[in-house]
Amino acid sequence: MNTLTQKNWIAFRTILSKEVNRFMRIWTQTLLPPVVTITLYFIIFGKLIGSQINPIEGYSYMQYIVPGLTMMAVMTNAYSNTAASFFGAKFSKSIEEMLVSSMPSSIILLGYMVAGTIRGLLVGMIVLFISFLFTHIPIRYPFVVISIALLSAMVFALAGLINGMLAKTFDDISYIPTFILTPLTYLGGVFYSIHQLHPFWQQISFFNPVFNIVNTFKYGTLGITDSSVVFGFLLILSLFFVLFLWSLHLLQKGIGLRQ
Amino acid sequence: MQALLVKDLRKVYGNGLIALNNINLSVAEGDFFALLGRNGAGKSTTIGILCSLVNKTSGKVFVFGYDIDHELEAAKSCIGVVPQEMNFSQFEKVLAIIINQAGYYGIPKKVALPRAEYYLKKLGLWEYRHNTVLRLSGGMKRRLMIVRALMNEPKLLILDEPTAGVDIELRYHLWDFLTELNQKGTTIILTTHYLEEAEKLCKQVAIIDQGDIIQNTPMKLLINTLDVQTMILDLVKPLSSDIKMNYPYRIIDDTSIEIEINNRQTINELFHVLNEQHIQVSSMRNKTNRLEELFIRLTSKNGILS
Repeated sequence: MNTLTQKNWIAFRTILSKEVNRFMRIWTQTLLPPVVTITLYFIIFGKLIGSQINPIEGYSYMQYIVPGLTMMAVMTNAYSNTAASFFGAKFSKSIEEMLVSSMPSSIILLGYMVAGTIRGLLVGMIVLFISFLFTHIPIRYPFVVISIALLSAMVFALAGLINGMLAKTFDDISYIPTFILTPLTYLGGVFYSIHQLHPFWQQISFFNPVFNIVNTFKYGTLGITDSSVVFGFLLILSLFFVLFLWSLHLLQKGIGLRQ
Repeated sequence: MQALLVKDLRKVYGNGLIALNNINLSVAEGDFFALLGRNGAGKSTTIGILCSLVNKTSGKVFVFGYDIDHELEAAKSCIGVVPQEMNFSQFEKVLAIIINQAGYYGIPKKVALPRAEYYLKKLGLWEYRHNTVLRLSGGMKRRLMIVRALMNEPKLLILDEPTAGVDIELRYHLWDFLTELNQKGTTIILTTHYLEEAEKLCKQVAIIDQGDIIQNTPMKLLINTLDVQTMILDLVKPLSSDIKMNYPYRIIDDTSIEIEINNRQTINELFHVLNEQHIQVSSMRNKTNRLEELFIRLTSKNGILS
């Protein structure tokens, strides 16, 4: 490893460990709430209401909603980790510690993205583990499960980072999750098959990234799908590259960070 | 080599405010350089551009020969900065903050830990290393910012009002510490509102006013341009009558007078005149710091003080 690579590696590890320590230190605010919320979803929608709903494509309603709820936890946690942490650092001005240092912008980006991804995946694994207490979830295609979970966590961590960079107030980091992410999630086939929708809305749903994430994960676990998994995967991959380049551009230009 | 070379640096903020108006500045390696100016003169904007917290509108900046437009990382690796405002995460521990700062520069822990210990001990913070920032006093936070800025052992240390709000004893301690750093070869750029501090520490001084550099000269030369000094003399006995002498003076009270001496006159001559009139002096001091007097004159010609 040459000197520059080694320096960048140390800088990356520093951000990563700082960020992971941060969310582990406040686990009652970062890890516990999504677990409680999702458990309530399992109990109410899975057990109480779900027991009165007919099986969908051979799976109980409880089994049907587990993949969507798992990915919902992955996405929202990856997003909120980077958005809140980055904006918090901006608010306290401690972000300047990184901006004045000699590490390249790409390392800041990678550090925050990977930390958000780790939190998203960690919460996702906990949720999946809890679901095993309620029902049996097969893992039909482990590679698909791992790759879509990883890719989605990275995409949402990047989206959170962009939100954190552009936000001017704490309100700004709650608008996107409330007014964009939540509707996309609830309309993304977590609780129903999109075949139940009017054909027009089905066509719209095919371009909803959350639907494609949930659908691909559902395919990886239950082996069922509402649309082309390859299209969905490529859409999310494209979104990843777009968000990666956008956040790198913002960091390099200092948009939202420098005067 | 120049530690810093600034050419035609201009900054216009989004609201149209011209913070820097094509300034030129050069700081030699090893210098202890004062950058002075009133609030809003453009000091912090200049510093912000040097350490990439502010985007410049135009101009060139070279740090030890590295162009910040093309070799930003190399330039930043030479700089340590102590900002004017506290910029810590309040919930982090002292040691974690400085080890992380070293990490951002790619310095491994095994190198950073002994370095942190050295500087924390030097600035009296070692015993507080496990405290969160929230539990530190204002003076401790200032010292912590200095330690943090030194973790990459910068060749150029930029201090933006490092002793603001710091008690006098600690200020003296910091002065000694900074002098020692400078003697070991670190180039230092200091902005301060305590002009006594700048006069005591700095070899070179630049005064910035309304976005322009209005003075850039060795400190001694600048001080020598001061043509009149006002001295306050405390007398042993109360004055019995008016004094007869060719110096402009003002009686403050029975036992103290204020006398103006121009730079063609000597203190010896003054004492000779006082002796002739049997006036005994118990102590003597400058009414204001010499640099302060010059600073007010220079900046008042140019702006709101006039």
